[in-house]
Amino acid sequence: MKHILKLHINGEEYEVLTEIHKTLLEVLREDLGLTGTKRGCDLGTCGACTVLIEGRPYLSCLTLAVDVQGKKILTIEGLEKDGELHPLQKAFAEKGAIQCGFCTPGMILTAKAFLEEQPHPSEGEVKKAIAGNLCRCTGYVKIVEAILSVTDRSSEFGVGSSES
Amino acid sequence: MNKLNVVGKREPMLDALEKATGRAKFTDDLTLPGMLFGKILRSPHPHAKVLHVDLSGALKVKGVKGAICGKDIPKKKYGIVPMAKDEYALAIDKVRYIGDEVAAVVATSIDAAEEAISRIRVDYEVLPAVFDPLVAMKPGAPVIHEEVPNNISASIRKEFGHVERALSESDFIFEDPFDTQAVNHCPLEPQAAIGMADHSGKVTLWSSTQIPFFLRRNLATTLDIPESKVRIIKPKVGGGFGQKIDLYAKDFCAAFFAIKTKKPVKFVYEREEVFTCTRQRHPMHIQLKTGMKKDGTILAQQFKVVADGGAYNSTAPLMITLACYFIMLPYRLENLLFEGYHVYTNKPVGGAMRGHGIPQVRFAVEAQLDMIAEKMGIDPLELRLKNAFLAGEPHPAKLLVQSCGFSDTLIKAAEGIGWKEKKGKLPFGRGVGLAGASFPSGVSNMSHISSGAVLKIERDGSITLLTGAADIGQGAETVISQIAAEEMGVLLEDIRITAADTEITPLDPGTFGSGVTLRAGNAAKMAAQVAKEKLFEAVAEKLEVDIHQLEARDRRIYLKNQPEKGLSLKEAIKFYQYSDRPMPIIGRGSYLPPAKEPTTLLKEDGNFSPAYSFMTQAAEVEVDTATGKVKVINMVAAHDCGRAINPMLVEGQLEGSVVGGMGQALYEDVRTEKGQVLNPSFLDYGLPTAMEAPSISSVEVETDDPEGPFGAKESGEGTQLAPAPAIINAIYDAIGVRFKSLPVTPDKVLEALSQKEQKKPNTKHQ
Repeated sequence: MKHILKLHINGEEYEVLTEIHKTLLEVLREDLGLTGTKRGCDLGTCGACTVLIEGRPYLSCLTLAVDVQGKKILTIEGLEKDGELHPLQKAFAEKGAIQCGFCTPGMILTAKAFLEEQPHPSEGEVKKAIAGNLCRCTGYVKIVEAILSVTDRSSEFGVGSSES
Repeated sequence: MNKLNVVGKREPMLDALEKATGRAKFTDDLTLPGMLFGKILRSPHPHAKVLHVDLSGALKVKGVKGAICGKDIPKKKYGIVPMAKDEYALAIDKVRYIGDEVAAVVATSIDAAEEAISRIRVDYEVLPAVFDPLVAMKPGAPVIHEEVPNNISASIRKEFGHVERALSESDFIFEDPFDTQAVNHCPLEPQAAIGMADHSGKVTLWSSTQIPFFLRRNLATTLDIPESKVRIIKPKVGGGFGQKIDLYAKDFCAAFFAIKTKKPVKFVYEREEVFTCTRQRHPMHIQLKTGMKKDGTILAQQFKVVADGGAYNSTAPLMITLACYFIMLPYRLENLLFEGYHVYTNKPVGGAMRGHGIPQVRFAVEAQLDMIAEKMGIDPLELRLKNAFLAGEPHPAKLLVQSCGFSDTLIKAAEGIGWKEKKGKLPFGRGVGLAGASFPSGVSNMSHISSGAVLKIERDGSITLLTGAADIGQGAETVISQIAAEEMGVLLEDIRITAADTEITPLDPGTFGSGVTLRAGNAAKMAAQVAKEKLFEAVAEKLEVDIHQLEARDRRIYLKNQPEKGLSLKEAIKFYQYSDRPMPIIGRGSYLPPAKEPTTLLKEDGNFSPAYSFMTQAAEVEVDTATGKVKVINMVAAHDCGRAINPMLVEGQLEGSVVGGMGQALYEDVRTEKGQVLNPSFLDYGLPTAMEAPSISSVEVETDDPEGPFGAKESGEGTQLAPAPAIINAIYDAIGVRFKSLPVTPDKVLEALSQKEQKKPNTKHQ
């Protein structure tokens, strides 16, 4: 049986008529066409489906859409602001942190949430923060570089707060 | 003015921003109106006859639009290697491993398809199964394919030189067994396909494939329709590493149901299916005998290799040939006897995986070289340098090695890891090791290996480039565009590339055997040369000079010796057009590498690949002797890729390969019990995370290969050959324990340390 779910995604309100048992990942991809959020395992083990809910990273494949009604959901599609890419998006592209790109949306969102909590992390802290996001292509080297490069310029781009 | 302008630059991938914004479309991201969703029923038995399949229950489920089993499909076998076809899209008579495809359904929702699958009734007659290739080879073992009564579906016995004589002349002989495990490719994107058919019966398939033209051929064969009735389009592909070379049931079923239902049909594999029902790196039992001269010369090697192929062939003959030939490099080896067997078992299927048959045997060679070095009192680096093959030497197997920076990679990797200061000198628990390797830049898949390109100069000065090459995330489209831009004398942003659509783009073997840059790069370069020359003819007329005096660069065509005299590209095009020359200006390139079929090479000597890359990996590890955990601290990857067309992307290839190789060394293992995969998820499998990733330095050794486009050779696969032995050698340096089987898990380390403590190698416990 279908229900109307009220979801707040990327700054817009959506009313979605869909099955109540659907995960957020399914609703995003199948009902709303927001396919930037990737399905890598559907078991909460790869991190490719990571979205931000109230600024915190969640695995959308383990989150029921019905449970996050009224909460602010951010997917990769909502990261661009007024036509300007987020510094992490630019850094990932410029630093070669993207190969196949399948882990990229989840990786970028995890990094965003992490940097907002910890704007000046060490390399080890970055690695720990993204340990739940698997990548088979890059060996993580350029991903870590890209994330750290943004922290160097964090004040310039207004990433995160000045408190640590 | 001979410096390169676009080639050699650290350019971001052309599609990087599409991927960073979530706009890039992978197969599962595509939706077509009225699309149906499919599911596959898989065998719960490792070996059984399929007596009867009752689809009636499935067809009663609301929303179900079709259900098929083996008897409904053309009786056409497929296989990625034409001479080794042994598989049906859906089982016709027998199932041969747990997960083998039995039936498929399509429905208006995935839920309905799943419900329908659960209502299919299959009568099986369970047969005795065999899981160990050494048992499967013995007389009386269960026969998995009736046409292969001894279960040995591919074998090779190849001798170079005279091994028996060389061994008898050796001062020392070393003989050791080595074992490797099953490794899954783990592309982050699970396999997917969408089929759509028109009224003429032509089917278009969007597929997560790394080899579109072979998929077209295999799909046409299995559907029993002409190739012209099949169009393959490759959307973005989320990694392949060899696993997306084969046709899978999802491809066949999406196309078959699309024709049957006249609706678009999507099949997407679950992660468990990726782990159990696609392909994996072959586990191998390896027996290696090496004869050495007192001075450290490797005189002879003798291999006996048994590869666990699982239930089907996939690339079997090619895999075992690669394993043989790439013992003949990177060291000078006059005498080799290689006996290799690909053996069927009732287990998941082996296939091409980054390095393709070579990582396993390279592990054996490189681990044993360190053992030899120690026994003979030679530094492992010196031993390797002494035997390193050099460019221009006649090769005993008649391989045409025109560029070889192997010695340089050894020296640079050793320097990078601090070999002199650290080898044998670090405190207990910490150590360094290194290992070398060589890889072909392109391999024939026992059929075509030609690559084509079409390049069009547009009126606005932009360039349209068509290539059949399949970018699966390694950046092939970017690299090929850089090559074309360099040759055309334009900027990278001037190139618009369309790739990997079998209806539009020219033939290409696909991403296979690490040959894309060399093959498709050369084809694009040839196409650019042809188009450029047409334009040059017009410019030469206008400037009243000889065509050979002209050069193109930075969107200008000018005199080589007088660069200020020339035309802008746009002016040149305008002049071309107004001087009544035929438009559009199109150049075509068809490139066939100077190399022989691997099957031919088994009968006669010849060259294997158009070029050979060389590499050395050096590792520094720390072993926690309390927990048995090994941490790779630092890796140096020194790689001779001829010339890096895009150094940033080459580094990316090396870094990803190193971490994958580390996974093989320490963590990854597809474990099975009676044919059942025990760990088909990322939770249990052991894919390295960022926490395990070491610090990695990439060192590029440029050798400018004469065959490669702008000197380029491969960088995709070769680097995955040597990380595992480098790490295993470093573990020996750290704790004095020699591991001969992979992966080196903490329990193995603790067990070995406790045995070492007791100095009683044959007693396990007190």
